[in-house]
Amino acid sequence: MPNFIMSYLGSTVTPGQAGNQFWALIYVLIIFAGVSVAVMAMNWLERKSLAHFQIRLGPMRVGPHGLLQPFADALKLMLKEDIIPAEADQFVFWIAPLIGLLASFTVYTVIPFGPSEAVSDMNIGILFMLGISSLAVLGIVVAGWASNSHYPLIGALRSSAQMVSYEVAMGLAVVSAILMTSLNEKGTGTLSMIGIVQAQQQQGIWFIFKFFPLGFLAFAIFAVAMVAETNRAPFDMAEAESELTAGYHTEYSGFRWSLFMLAEYAAMIAVSSIAVTLWLGGWMRPFPNLLHAPAWDFIFSLFPGLTFGGLAAIAVLGTVRMPSHSFFKIQRFGLAAFAALLGFIALLLLVIALAGRSADASLAARFSEGIGHVYWFMLKVAVFMYLFIWYRATWPRYRFDQLMRIGWKVMLPISLGVLMLTAIVGVIIS
Amino acid sequence: MNPAINTAVGGGMAPVATTFFFYLLGGLAIAGGLAVITRRNAVHSALSLIVTLLSVAGLYLMLYAPFVAGVQIIVYAGGIMVLFLFVIMLVNVETSSKERQFNRIWPIGLVAACTLLALFMSAFTKGKALFPDRMVTLAEGSNTQQIANMLYGEAGRMGPYTFAFEIASLLLLVAILGAVIMTKKKI
Repeated sequence: MPNFIMSYLGSTVTPGQAGNQFWALIYVLIIFAGVSVAVMAMNWLERKSLAHFQIRLGPMRVGPHGLLQPFADALKLMLKEDIIPAEADQFVFWIAPLIGLLASFTVYTVIPFGPSEAVSDMNIGILFMLGISSLAVLGIVVAGWASNSHYPLIGALRSSAQMVSYEVAMGLAVVSAILMTSLNEKGTGTLSMIGIVQAQQQQGIWFIFKFFPLGFLAFAIFAVAMVAETNRAPFDMAEAESELTAGYHTEYSGFRWSLFMLAEYAAMIAVSSIAVTLWLGGWMRPFPNLLHAPAWDFIFSLFPGLTFGGLAAIAVLGTVRMPSHSFFKIQRFGLAAFAALLGFIALLLLVIALAGRSADASLAARFSEGIGHVYWFMLKVAVFMYLFIWYRATWPRYRFDQLMRIGWKVMLPISLGVLMLTAIVGVIIS
Repeated sequence: MNPAINTAVGGGMAPVATTFFFYLLGGLAIAGGLAVITRRNAVHSALSLIVTLLSVAGLYLMLYAPFVAGVQIIVYAGGIMVLFLFVIMLVNVETSSKERQFNRIWPIGLVAACTLLALFMSAFTKGKALFPDRMVTLAEGSNTQQIANMLYGEAGRMGPYTFAFEIASLLLLVAILGAVIMTKKKI
């Protein structure tokens, strides 16, 4: 058995090819666990950041600085009574959260965390991703209808109209990015997510900077449309609490409600990954072609360890600054333990980076390279996740007619124009 | 299982349990189709139709046409069915599902169904004469490019379906304009 596993580690088959079901299964498990943990972390970060945006403290009681709050929330949601309204359509009410959750998690099968750190390399990757994420709206629509209540129904109708409208602009922006892949030396376009990042590597430019400002405009349209697609502020008309109590999930409680939340945050990570893959160079570190000397490779491979080291330093600072009252004894101990854990991870990453420096083909070098890919990808996605919180704290909610007007009369014409200009410029230059 | 053998096979995606998946997807499609016409609740019918459309997308995948499968999911399951549901929710499903159906077109439906069945039976029995005797080898990796070559032509020449494709897009454009003109009083 160990030989069997080691032979897989040594083999060079790319994901998605035959003979790689083993890696695919492991990646699926890692991604499922990772996304769930990321959603919990995001939950904590959102509450904390929103609080700090408004000069509040946010959760402070459960664990040091509220670090254990997501676990407490999860436990509460598991234990809550699961209510199905008497007049609701039982079966549809039951299946609606699952549709959204399945759609949000299925897209992770094509997200490339690295050239070989992906579940599969479908040749229709981006098309598959857009298709599956367009199914997520079904969960919302059906949930609103099955609740058999007015506010959820209005929320669902708003949501479906909004998502169908913004999908058009989003799709056109994506097409202009795909067009750019076909304008490399070989002249072959691709829909594969891994292929799109490799095209950016070959052309030596992130697509956000290509044909400036065309690439940037397409990216900007996608960045706005993805907020609308995931029903987040300022486009959270579907769950506008001042108008519709909670929108489509008003009648949901406990575990089912938490499935909706899980699906929403998973979808946010998924659309951010599309943006990162198409325009921001996916798993590539900054300047992979310009600064390609082994010394630069080594310097950039230190980044993951240093990041965790920085987090550990913040945790240590928090431990030191904890009030010296005896009430805070346990919290201080817990935060110190958390700092130690972060420091240990940092140390481990630094050791792998140092070990990977010496020999090129060693296991440590492969690990170091893979960690680098996943690190840079996740760092770029994390920026988007912070932006989602920032938007929510900053901008007031749009009115529904304003939302529709922007979608159809501003975003759609601009994205059509960008698409045509990209094609024209591409033909002229190549 | 030896990875060396797998890498030897690994030139393309080797199909796994093809028969099983064909019957699974086909069965799902048929079950969904039956549910569409037997459910009295329109939303249940629409959901069953989505199941059918997704299973058909899976069948396209098994025919080595991933692009068609992806487009099927985006256009039908993600786009058209959402609009269907949108419209169904605006009408009062509760009362309409209890109303007596007064249309009497089932004899026509029966005739149509029997004709279709006869067509399928004849295709099934004469299959050897109608279809090529072996599967055409298709390059799965370039399915998208092949479709593009068919529709838009390659190397400056028109593809075999360029004209039909453009005519169809013109027809759709006319339909869109017609819809806008009919709904808007003032333009």
